[in-house]
Amino acid sequence: MTTATQPQHAPLRIAGRELSSRLVVGTGKYATFDLMRDALDASGCEVVTVAVRRERLYNDQGRSLLEFIDTDRYTILPNTAGCFSADDAVRVARLGRELLDQLDNPGAGWVKLEVLSDTKTLLPDPIGTLEATKTLIADGFDVLVYTSDDPVMARRLKEVGAASVMPAGSPIGSGQGVLNPLNISLCLEMLKEGDADYPVIVDAGVGGASDVATAMELGADGVLLNTAIANADNPVLMASAMRGAIEAGRMSRLAGRIPKKRYASASSPMRDTIGWIPGE
Amino acid sequence: MQITVNGDIRDVEQPISIAALLLEMGLRDRPCAVELNREVVPRAQHPTTTLAEGDRLELVTLVGGG
Repeated sequence: MTTATQPQHAPLRIAGRELSSRLVVGTGKYATFDLMRDALDASGCEVVTVAVRRERLYNDQGRSLLEFIDTDRYTILPNTAGCFSADDAVRVARLGRELLDQLDNPGAGWVKLEVLSDTKTLLPDPIGTLEATKTLIADGFDVLVYTSDDPVMARRLKEVGAASVMPAGSPIGSGQGVLNPLNISLCLEMLKEGDADYPVIVDAGVGGASDVATAMELGADGVLLNTAIANADNPVLMASAMRGAIEAGRMSRLAGRIPKKRYASASSPMRDTIGWIPGE
Repeated sequence: MQITVNGDIRDVEQPISIAALLLEMGLRDRPCAVELNREVVPRAQHPTTTLAEGDRLELVTLVGGG
């Protein structure tokens, strides 16, 4: 069996795009652009998220993010982070598409949709999220939508045509990991019912590699993260850990883990221990 | 005439196209998306889109984000 035919190497398909890496990495919060570039490289990701912001018209002596992202190597997924209404998110998505059109990047036409509720929790606003999803799909977008871990909301978003539903493990940047594995697994069950290849990505909340492995073990198709790498003491090493965790978690899922049991089950034979008396 | 660019009021010569404004602001040669009165104007239309008094523009680019 060649590695290409092993199930853990099957590509992830989202909206007609075929991705060999199941890790999507954000480009925010790195101490330097050089560090970001090296961390992205170590993560093995093919898709990177970016934000859309006003040009700084004064004192802009800094260098551009795009000087540090090889747009031939990476597919850019623009987000609508910072939008607190469906209307703003739709405008930002359209501006992002225009930017990626200018760059001739395959990311033009898809969007990581976020419609947030408030600056403290950054939890998604479900009403605005559903509204913006519908509007953007009608406008021809492939919508990868950030949502809470509510299985009913996840199903609603799929029903209106989201290319991928991306439930949060825990609040953005919180590093709390997958707080409600039951809900994530219910999201997966509902979204994949009769449609096993429907892509579901756990987005937000990752703190360490174990969180990534947990999400993948639950059956997620991929994980999207940013802060856990960018703010680690050693971002490049953490990026490498995340890469390994994606693979380990996916292989563990495919291998089929044992069910949890209440009591112990000895791995060594209980008979023929010294002092064992047959019949007792 | 006065237009609003990224929230700031700006005096510009009339007539002026979006392409000319971007050139004046040093943004013509870099990735920059333009929204004019809440509608995106594709780059190919920048030279032929003329601005009018009171127009509101958003000039945006890509930055790091998650």
